[in-house]
Amino acid sequence: MTDTQKTSLAERLAARFGDTLKIGVARDETTAEVAAADLLAVAAALRDEPEFRFGELIDLCGIDYLGYGQTEWNTETVSGTGFSRGVEGEAVGRFRWENRPRAGHQPRRFAAVVHLLSIELNQRLRLRAFCEDDSLPVLPSLTGVWPGANWFEREAFDLYGILFEGHPDLRRILTDYGFVGHPFRKDFPLIGNVEVRYDPEQKRVVYEPVSIEPRVLVPRVIRDDADLVQARAEAADDWRRN
Amino acid sequence: MAQEIRNYTMNFGPQHPAAHGVLRLVLEMDGETIVRADPHVGLLHRGTEKLAESKPFNQSIGYMDRLDYVSMMCNEHAYVRAIETLLGLEAPERAQYIRTMFDEITRILNHLMWIGSNALDLGAMAVFLYAFREREELMDVYEAVSGARMHATYYRPGGVYRDLPDRMSQYRESPWHKGKDLKRLNSWREGSMLDFLDAFTADFPSKVDEYEELLTNNRIWKQRTVGIGVVSPEVAQQWGMTGVMLRGSGIAWDLRKKQPYAKYAEMDFDIPVGVGGDCYDRYLVRVEEMRQSNRIIRQCVEWLRANPGPVMVENFKVAPPKREAMKESMEALIHHFKLFTEGYGVPAGETYAAVEAPKGEFGCYLVSDGANKPFRVHLRAPGFAHLSSIDTVVKGHMLADVVAMIGTYDLVFGEVDR
Repeated sequence: MTDTQKTSLAERLAARFGDTLKIGVARDETTAEVAAADLLAVAAALRDEPEFRFGELIDLCGIDYLGYGQTEWNTETVSGTGFSRGVEGEAVGRFRWENRPRAGHQPRRFAAVVHLLSIELNQRLRLRAFCEDDSLPVLPSLTGVWPGANWFEREAFDLYGILFEGHPDLRRILTDYGFVGHPFRKDFPLIGNVEVRYDPEQKRVVYEPVSIEPRVLVPRVIRDDADLVQARAEAADDWRRN
Repeated sequence: MAQEIRNYTMNFGPQHPAAHGVLRLVLEMDGETIVRADPHVGLLHRGTEKLAESKPFNQSIGYMDRLDYVSMMCNEHAYVRAIETLLGLEAPERAQYIRTMFDEITRILNHLMWIGSNALDLGAMAVFLYAFREREELMDVYEAVSGARMHATYYRPGGVYRDLPDRMSQYRESPWHKGKDLKRLNSWREGSMLDFLDAFTADFPSKVDEYEELLTNNRIWKQRTVGIGVVSPEVAQQWGMTGVMLRGSGIAWDLRKKQPYAKYAEMDFDIPVGVGGDCYDRYLVRVEEMRQSNRIIRQCVEWLRANPGPVMVENFKVAPPKREAMKESMEALIHHFKLFTEGYGVPAGETYAAVEAPKGEFGCYLVSDGANKPFRVHLRAPGFAHLSSIDTVVKGHMLADVVAMIGTYDLVFGEVDR
């Protein structure tokens, strides 16, 4: 191969783009974060320049960071009544539309994550662009760079309400005709807002407010140090070995 | 007298037999010629990705089967690999071989379904009957190993659910299967599952010859496919095509070779590549892939016979303890209880794991914030990217060619709509 293979992708990106990209490498995967304003220029360079050659946009998806890292169980400290029990949580699936969680503490909720593939150089790159405004998330459309972004952007618009500026045909794609809301947002209830049934009297399918109750069987819990603590405890426990 | 001739808009599907499920295609026609094709998808949208966010990691494996429901285990493989990457977990070698073998069994299952239904769409009835004869045998293998003929939920983070069974189910005497016929059907099923697969793979190339006999030089088949739906290598890349859609256009790209996972690096097999990028080339590529998958299965069978061993990691945070251990050990009981009530936490981070599914690159983008449920799961379905290109590819073709094109995309709406 060429000498582009001698340096890592992250190094090449840093040398070419400098401060425009925030680059991270984890588990042999390279992630670059880019500001929405720079996205188009960076994308075009990544596609065309000989050391990147990302000819294929493999995937584009929306993501909503609302509630990232929030849990329903307190696992660190014990109170007089024991560990908390996750009945009051706000995690996905537990609420109706009326009492959906309100954002506030999350600086920027919405992002689009793009996965690129270079067939010539056999390398992958993940590109993340945050939307600046939560109430009106906007990103430039990549359809001019990779036409295949078309449906992926329609999907991200449909499910997350991210608007792609310059998209030729930004319609809903997966949800029903006439659907209201963006169902994959973290503040959209898992049970939805409407349900359909066939009405024999009107002889047509009718929409009605949902009748099912929100319900989640397993609470959301983070035990970030559980494995570590146990490993340390087991190592210290001499009686186990005797 | 001048007369204005307007284009005609036609609805193709969602109930059309050649629409492969629930595709609604709005076609703008100039006579018999397509001016614009606008697929309406989403009729099978179930919100799998959102559902997965509300459940512990292991409980969503079964949903993966229901995405591309003719290549079940390949979907599981992508999801399971994503979890394993984040956990920093590696499945035992025997489990890796089992996964490689079942990925290839799945590929044959998928291509058999494809060759049958595509030929049926284009007017060749018999191929469907031939293909389903072999599909039946392989579905029995699915059933033997997981208990389910389709939705197996067999791959688990850390390995596979259980080791290969020692015996195959046999046909019982019935008004439809009796006497010599019954004996013939059961002759492969005397021994273990590996014996059965050995017999099957020894025989399968001759079965592929039969399909080829029916189609490869068939004049009608060639008239319907040669030069139809030509996808140039440039167009294929622009539209994010992968798998056979890419290889049919002459690009030798296969994740099993280029970014090997499971045990593909140890396997000896070839990647067939097309020349013209038309429907006929893609047909030839898929037929050859069945032969190559057959080769891989034989290599796996040989290895699996010689090397017994564990098929699941001994990490009780992600894998359940043995039933016997639970009768005696308090620890095992606790592990079991915690695993099946709360699940396991996956370290915070994100990863993208892709496998070469029969239809193309099936990927799973997984974001975890450290909880026992995924924060975001995105499933990259090859069919979704392929179908989005239909307007570009089909423009200027005749109406009947749209059917050939839908067939050659190898669409399954479970994965397109998710």
